[in-house]
Amino acid sequence: MRRALSNPMALGGFVIIAIIMLLAVSAPLIVPFDPEAIDVKSILLPPSSTHWMGTDGLGRDVFSRMLYGARVSLMVGIVAVGIATLIGIVLGSISGYYRGWVDVFIMRLVDVMLSIPTFFLILAVIAFLTPSIWNIMIVIGLTSWMGVTRLVRAEFLSLRNREFVMASETLGARDGRLIFRHLLPNSLTPIIVSSVLGVASAVLVESGLSFLGLGVQAPQSSWGNILTDGKEYIEFAWWLSLFPGLAILITVLGYNLLGEGLRDALDPRSSN
Amino acid sequence: MIRYLLNRIFWMVPLLIGISLISFFIMHLAPGDITASEASFDPRASEESRQKLRELYNLDKPVIVQYGLWLKRMATLDFGTSFASHQRPVFWQTTDEQGNVRKGMIQQALPITLLINVLSLVLIIAVALPLGVISALTRNRAPDRAITLFVFIGFAIPGFWLALMLMYWTGVVNNWLPISGLHSIGYENMGAIAQIFDTLKHLVLPVFISGLSGLAGISLFVRNGMLDVLHQDYITTARAKGLSENTVVYGHALRNALLPLITIFGLSIPGLIGGSVIAESIFAIPGMGKLFYDAVLMRDFPVIMGILTIGAALTLIGNLLADLAYAWADPRVRRGVMQ
Repeated sequence: MRRALSNPMALGGFVIIAIIMLLAVSAPLIVPFDPEAIDVKSILLPPSSTHWMGTDGLGRDVFSRMLYGARVSLMVGIVAVGIATLIGIVLGSISGYYRGWVDVFIMRLVDVMLSIPTFFLILAVIAFLTPSIWNIMIVIGLTSWMGVTRLVRAEFLSLRNREFVMASETLGARDGRLIFRHLLPNSLTPIIVSSVLGVASAVLVESGLSFLGLGVQAPQSSWGNILTDGKEYIEFAWWLSLFPGLAILITVLGYNLLGEGLRDALDPRSSN
Repeated sequence: MIRYLLNRIFWMVPLLIGISLISFFIMHLAPGDITASEASFDPRASEESRQKLRELYNLDKPVIVQYGLWLKRMATLDFGTSFASHQRPVFWQTTDEQGNVRKGMIQQALPITLLINVLSLVLIIAVALPLGVISALTRNRAPDRAITLFVFIGFAIPGFWLALMLMYWTGVVNNWLPISGLHSIGYENMGAIAQIFDTLKHLVLPVFISGLSGLAGISLFVRNGMLDVLHQDYITTARAKGLSENTVVYGHALRNALLPLITIFGLSIPGLIGGSVIAESIFAIPGMGKLFYDAVLMRDFPVIMGILTIGAALTLIGNLLADLAYAWADPRVRRGVMQ
């Protein structure tokens, strides 16, 4: 952990993510206004000392909506990647450990999933379900496990031929012990790196879906659907477009810095 | 070579079957009966006409039979007609008894999306190659740091937000570029050259938006590839032979660093096609992405299924072409393939 955070990129990313998480978690305590309260007397006000980021077309306080939007982004990112990583670890372990026809089958499944444009797949599934934050998390999770699967499989294949694993196998260790005691713990670094980077892309996908009106639905706020309003009023209310975009940019940048920094810090091969 | 090609095509068959299974499965996620959504476009649709539809799409038969029949239609490239757009053919044009030709929806949308993607690839290559090389040659110095910062921002910036900002800046504030659609008003009356210029002007922003994240990725990739290659023995040998630094960098290192790019481009096809949804719906470009988005909003099932299948088939063809190009470009692989 200390080694990881001594990397300036990882540290920078970590600080960004920590601040955003803190804001998201404490949102109910610190929001100056109810994020869903409509106030017809203060429609489209520019940023001021009362409304730090102005108000939207229904007079709602943009700063409060942004804070609640942070909760959505973080939750979707983390839960979706959690689902994807879990599926990836299970399928990748099976594939890399048992090999044979199971491996062939799982790898072909990965190929199939990878050849359908992901954003189309997500949109198609959403089209048949009602868009809600839960459905979005599940759909993003179910369509982004392929990378982790390949990764875990590759790690397993290379680790299986290492002396300590063969020694343990020769001593009569069972499958479960080999997998959970030797193979998985030694594959952890790349899994963590790819999960952190995965959160970044899940945040982007969620905001894209919400922007298109197929994600988080009003009145609940998300950075993506604040931007949808921003598009509507772009000619006379720049603040509606500027702040959510910056928030997404900074969040995704934070996860990418953390992920790349961790990769550099934890992977001895990339240190040169 | 022919054997390699046949082998690769043979392996596409199980993939296509898998893709068709997934597409078919998605269609059956829909709660209730898909005829309900079509009937909802037309309040006069009676129970009788819905029954007719159910027969047309074989919804009264068991699922496995439905899948078989659907697969049979896919194999003959028959994607049916749209629910929402007055029964237009989904894929390719049809001619009715009176000899009227009706253009297919994908037939009209696909060339537009392909044009945008090809232009994005040209942009990516033209910008990312020099950036990556400069970055590698000035490693850890100012230019490299600046390019790396650009790469990270390019990865993190939401395309739809940048699109909005650029629309505002170039279209609303300064009126430099058109911000919506593919042609200006009066396009039909322009000369051929004016028409091309008009279309290109409309494509500047969409191409930039759809190329940006790829641009960042490829710059980083070229940089790391160059750094790897520059440490190889044959580079030291080339330098020891007394070749000029330019010959070493561009003649030896860059050529080898570029090889894996072919595969990367192949792999980036689904991302480019999928990414077209956002760029095309913001700029109102009538390509595959916009078509798909509209179909999703209207739950136009035949169009959704058609685009999913065609999109996946394009990806497979793209990967095949990338592998063939790789085999052609890399003598080590080429010899392996020939044997």
